[in-house]
Amino acid sequence: GHVRGLQSFSLPELPYDYGALEPVISGEIMQLHHQKHHQTYITNYNKALEQLHQALAKADSPSIVQLQSAIKFNGGGHINHSIFWKNLAPIKEGGGEPSKASLGWAIDTQFGSLETLIQRVNAEGAALQGSGWVWLALDKELKKLSVQTTANQDPLVTKGSALVPLFGIDVWEHAYYLQYKNVKADYLKNIWKVINWKYVSEVYEKENP
Amino acid sequence: STITAKLELKPPPYPLNALEPHMSQETLEYHWGKHHRGYVDNLNKQIIGTELDEMPLEDIIITTYNKGDILPPFNNAAQIWNHDFFWESMKPGGGGKPFGELLQLIERDFGSFEKFVEEFRSAASTQFGSGWAWLAYKANRLDVGNAENPRPSDEDKKLVVVKSPNAINPLVWDYSPLLTIDVWEHAYYLDFQIRRPDYISIFMEKLVSWEAVSSRLEIAKARATEREEEEKRKKEEKEVGNSDNQAVEMFVDSKSDDSETE
Repeated sequence: GHVRGLQSFSLPELPYDYGALEPVISGEIMQLHHQKHHQTYITNYNKALEQLHQALAKADSPSIVQLQSAIKFNGGGHINHSIFWKNLAPIKEGGGEPSKASLGWAIDTQFGSLETLIQRVNAEGAALQGSGWVWLALDKELKKLSVQTTANQDPLVTKGSALVPLFGIDVWEHAYYLQYKNVKADYLKNIWKVINWKYVSEVYEKENP
Repeated sequence: STITAKLELKPPPYPLNALEPHMSQETLEYHWGKHHRGYVDNLNKQIIGTELDEMPLEDIIITTYNKGDILPPFNNAAQIWNHDFFWESMKPGGGGKPFGELLQLIERDFGSFEKFVEEFRSAASTQFGSGWAWLAYKANRLDVGNAENPRPSDEDKKLVVVKSPNAINPLVWDYSPLLTIDVWEHAYYLDFQIRRPDYISIFMEKLVSWEAVSSRLEIAKARATEREEEEKRKKEEKEVGNSDNQAVEMFVDSKSDDSETE
């Protein structure tokens, strides 16, 4: 859509039903997470961009700089959630089935095994203070996989311009609280049952030809 | 054998269902019974057998904040303190308006009670991610190595609203906290889901214990006065020391250092 000639962003559709990831993630969580949380990031992102547009037109530097934190937070929220939905797939549509393609081989070579990668991601996710994300990242220049974390809604690119997100796991409490409460470790343990390795492999092959 | 001062999980000063319907028993059961308990258990594990083991909680916080280069036990230690302080910031049948000197200072420093509420609400709702919003009494003395510490003027001593990410609290800036609201999602998600602004409104209108805030203000002011007198005394001692020889000066200085820590 357009706001006065300015490109604005809208909520992408989920590639599956809200209840399709049950019992790993409840339909209630998915609906709130998509319709409310992601939508709010988009609304506030568009608002901040509109304000930026006006500030730029007036060459209002203090406002331009002041808007950066809202753009990073809400724009990051939009980027991260858009990736997250695609990272997941219902079990009956192949969710959780490890990649046998070149990504599977790269994981085995660089981490030892998928099991080691899972343990690493779960440990980093559990140790993350407050709100944030844990990522499997590809460094496009070094052609190397790594596990990264970002705080709040910082997108992965804030950790390095060569880093491409292969998948990200949302470890904000809103991603699991209604179902898992304080037991973040169980959420992290279970989410692997719905990881869309097929999609993750496609991103890997595209970015690492 | 060494005796270790094991930190205990302090219960809120009311039953877990006492804040219903504004804050549910279920929220308290998880928030106090699981999250707060987790911070206590984890800190006890982290500090056992270390020099932190027998320190008061506030000293652990300042030590592990490490002037901003945070050490691992900080998050657990500060979260224990923050939650103790949060439970005591509320009471059944709370809310309404502050009174007495607290109200006077709020009106002096924010213009009106309504403007204070607006500022506090804005801090709590705009804290990106997890964290806390605070009303604090600021009576800063700058603690700069070898420099003269300027004594705060009266304008420096005022009420301020601040927000802090994750486990950080205003103790690390040497402010005296008076009131806090927890804006980690676990504080309100079971009762309000995404509606953080509604949670903040209910907290202000139905839960805040202004009695607790008032008595904290009294303590904070007394502490600021005590510190000022201590600064004055130290300065006088230093002046006396300067007029004497080196050895006496060193003796006076180390003696005053000792008395400070007791």
